[in-house]
Amino acid sequence: MEIIMAFVCGFLFMAAIYLILSRSLLRIIIGTGLLSHGAHLLILTMGSFKGSAPPVLTEGVTDFVDPLPQALILTAIVISFGVTAFFLVLAYRAYQELKTDDMTELKGSDDIE
Amino acid sequence: MKINNVILQFTAKIVFFMIFFYAVHIFFAGHYTPGGGFVGGLVTASAIVLLIIAFDLKTVQSILPINYIYLIASGLLLALGTAGIAMFTGKPFFTHFFDYFNLPILGKTSLHTAALFDLGVYLVVVGVTMTIIQTIGEDE
Amino acid sequence: MFQVLCIFIPLIAALFMPFFFKKVRSIHTGWFVLVVPIFLASYYATFIPITSKGDSVIAQLHWIPSLGISFVSYLDGLSLLFSILITGIGALVVLYSIFYLNRTKEQLHNFYIYLLMFMSAMLGVVQSDNMMTLYLFWELTSISSFLLIGYWFNRDKSRFGALKSMMITVAGGMLMLGGFVLLALMGDTFSIRELIAQAPELAANDLFVLALILILLGAFTKSAQFPFYIWLPDAMEAPTPVSAYLHSATMVKAGIYLVARFTPIFAQSEVWIWLVAGIGLLTLFWGSFFAVKQTDLKGILAFSTVSQLGLIMSLLGVGAIAFHVEGAADSAFKYATFAAIFHLINHATFKGSLFMIAGIVDHETGTRDIRKLGGLMSIMPVSFTVALIGSFSMAGIPPFNGFLSKEMFLTAMLSIAEFDLFNFATWGILFPIIAWIASVFTFIYSLYFVFRTFTGKGNIAQLPHKPHEAPMGMLISPVILAVLVVGIFFIPNIVADLFIKPAVIAIQPFLYTHPEQVDIHISAWHGVNTELLMTLGIFAIGFVLFLTLSKWQKIYNAFPAKLTLNNLYDFIIYELSGNWMYRLSSSYMTGSNRRYLGLMFGAFSLIVIGTLFSKDAFYVTFEGASPVHLHQVILIIVLVIGTITTVFAKSRITSIVALGAVGYTVSLFFVLFKAPDLALTQLVIETISVALFLLAFYHLPKFKKEQERNRFKFGRALVSFAVGAMVTLVALSAHSQKLVPSIAEYYKETVYSLAGGGNIVNVILVDYRGFDTLFEITVLAIAGMAIYGMIKLRLSRKGGKL
Repeated sequence: MEIIMAFVCGFLFMAAIYLILSRSLLRIIIGTGLLSHGAHLLILTMGSFKGSAPPVLTEGVTDFVDPLPQALILTAIVISFGVTAFFLVLAYRAYQELKTDDMTELKGSDDIE
Repeated sequence: MKINNVILQFTAKIVFFMIFFYAVHIFFAGHYTPGGGFVGGLVTASAIVLLIIAFDLKTVQSILPINYIYLIASGLLLALGTAGIAMFTGKPFFTHFFDYFNLPILGKTSLHTAALFDLGVYLVVVGVTMTIIQTIGEDE
Repeated sequence: MFQVLCIFIPLIAALFMPFFFKKVRSIHTGWFVLVVPIFLASYYATFIPITSKGDSVIAQLHWIPSLGISFVSYLDGLSLLFSILITGIGALVVLYSIFYLNRTKEQLHNFYIYLLMFMSAMLGVVQSDNMMTLYLFWELTSISSFLLIGYWFNRDKSRFGALKSMMITVAGGMLMLGGFVLLALMGDTFSIRELIAQAPELAANDLFVLALILILLGAFTKSAQFPFYIWLPDAMEAPTPVSAYLHSATMVKAGIYLVARFTPIFAQSEVWIWLVAGIGLLTLFWGSFFAVKQTDLKGILAFSTVSQLGLIMSLLGVGAIAFHVEGAADSAFKYATFAAIFHLINHATFKGSLFMIAGIVDHETGTRDIRKLGGLMSIMPVSFTVALIGSFSMAGIPPFNGFLSKEMFLTAMLSIAEFDLFNFATWGILFPIIAWIASVFTFIYSLYFVFRTFTGKGNIAQLPHKPHEAPMGMLISPVILAVLVVGIFFIPNIVADLFIKPAVIAIQPFLYTHPEQVDIHISAWHGVNTELLMTLGIFAIGFVLFLTLSKWQKIYNAFPAKLTLNNLYDFIIYELSGNWMYRLSSSYMTGSNRRYLGLMFGAFSLIVIGTLFSKDAFYVTFEGASPVHLHQVILIIVLVIGTITTVFAKSRITSIVALGAVGYTVSLFFVLFKAPDLALTQLVIETISVALFLLAFYHLPKFKKEQERNRFKFGRALVSFAVGAMVTLVALSAHSQKLVPSIAEYYKETVYSLAGGGNIVNVILVDYRGFDTLFEITVLAIAGMAIYGMIKLRLSRKGGKL
């Protein structure tokens, strides 16, 4: 299962990077969303799926899964929500002010590409 | 835009409290069973979002006149303060304390400074989520 | 405990100042501030009986015990003297500022917050025994100084001066940090006291001299020694109370303090003696020489401060020689360190009063230009008297305290000529000569300052304001200081017993163990000796040169303006980094974000894949992998389809919904992999995110068909494939080889006994790794604020104004 998940994570990353390199701001934001999903699954996979019970103390259970990746991912989920929201607002404010959401038109310096 | 959907509004009023109390439950249970400040905060926020969908921003603001920015600030201060308590007793920053007490009605309960810290997390999460949704929603 | 807390009292008090400023408009905020230094000064005064016996008090508050970092308040003679100076002068300055800064026109809350922040930082610097917290407070003084210099931030010169002081002092601070780290590595402790205890072993280390030089650079930049002094004259743009407090009495003395504090460690080194004494003397001469050139009242005082700091510094350097002399406690060297501390106290009193007078003159006449001033003596008699006392003390004229310490300074400088170690036999004779010349110039600028301002004809009618004597309240502080100047002259030995001797034993523990062993008696009259003759020479030649000043002041114009240190600074900051570096970086920064990202991702994956194979770290095994079930396969297929739809969707709604589907599938994965907390969180987050996306939609344009050149299209696909491949390879190798056991075992065992919880994930979040969570919610709060700011505060719509 871990082997398959490694490929799934790779696939998610690939799709995310492909979107991030696109021209439209909204696509880029969607890309970051995918990227965080990929990263979360990756962290979970690296922690391995051993263990038969969730990491909550229960009578007579000792075989927990690794709680550390879960704790890391939990914060990451909330952070990625904050960041996505931030990007969204950034994008639409940029669109309101500059009337474009195209990355090539939003380019900072006047030099030729 | 004034939505007038009696059924949705009526259900939302009831469901809001159900979700909210569920959030409170999840928050307090978090130390022993799944849950905690993050989830609790998010569930609370989604309860408020439900109200906003059923009514509209202005109505909800008059029902819940909360300045969410203050909520964020108080949450952060609470979290930082809890972490700092230990320093005044000579222990390292972020040392938590807990003990078990026999409270009336509730019976044997564990009281934990970590819960205070978690309350800070809860407040920040609610505050930030609602700030985001409210400011975007208010923007014409 | 309370002792450590006292360091933070000003900082805590600062939190309340905005409320006082906003709510209690009728009372000047300064009165509330004044309570703080007065309380602290009286608190520290209770320690005098302890330290004057040679004892010390230490209190500790753990901060990061695992790294050996803690807040330590170590009060011995030296740090107590500084603490009392900081709080005592602080009280006088605050009192002065109440009348100096207008209650209705100024942003008082800003001012007092910075000032209180500085007070905390400075107390921290002088009381910290731990080098890391010392560094922390050290930089905090730089930052508060930056804020205070730039207090009138709409003036160009204020901002320039603030930036300059920050650049120089923070750069020095960083170097000093390097020195601290080296020392800590050598001695395996951050505690200065413990380092002093093992000083001989430290000196044997190869890195000893490097650490010494780095720490000295920190001290020299802070204490405005040559060639770093250039920030101090520009710092005079700060409000005058600030100049009196930070830039003459306290902050610039932090470097002096540092040198004094580290003397027991570094005095063994020849380099230390040469650098401290030599640079100090050079600064003394340089500062006094150029002070005469200045036309701005505060400019004169700034250069004179530079020069006096050099004097104290050189005395400390000479004092370090005592380490190498047999029976130093009986020779003339013993005077050096004693004189350094004595002069430090004297300088704080007379220079503080002079700065306040300069502020009063500025306040009442509207100008600080000495060419426009003159003849104020009859209009401002009290100010004139105070200025006269201050300047005469600075010039070293009796009966003022400056005379006493100046005499001791000359004694110490003369003693160096007799010293025959480290090449001092050849060069030592220069020390008294340079000291003498510098003293002549000191005498000149002291007279220049007071007589050009207060006597002569002057054009009183042409001044910006009609001058009159300053209000009573404004005069209280300078008068108190002036009384001290005179008072110390008549009772120097009481001051010595209470403050100087305890401080001297802290600097020279290798000579004395008890203050009573410091066998020095200050007296104004020693009979006719070399020092007295030198002093008389200074008076005579100085007076002649002062009278003929207008004839020879022109020589200053002979110095080419291009070759000054200020020019070098401007060149480095504006030309080198501003212009050249800009051109260099804009040659590869084309401004296309997509190109940057593509390059970054591409390079990143290439490096990781390359390392993976070159280090032979890639390794796959199917062993230990958990079995695959049908329902998992179905979920994976859903996930993949969702992802593909997200990427290639034609409309944005489809794309968003597909993204939501991916998110929900991920939360199902969390369920499968026994992560109930994650599944819960992910579900709620996904719901809110989709709602958010739909909300933001309203404001965003529709998807356009992307037209790309083929080359970029290909590159884009290649880069994303490379990143995907890299992630897969890393995940495979990471899964196949577990090099270290997971810390999870520790969590599982201790979660109930140590943390009193059952849900390990949540306990990790709030307890084991609470720091992470604290920062995380901070980031979240920042994101929330930023969004709020972006939407609510719009610059462009209201014509660029908030």
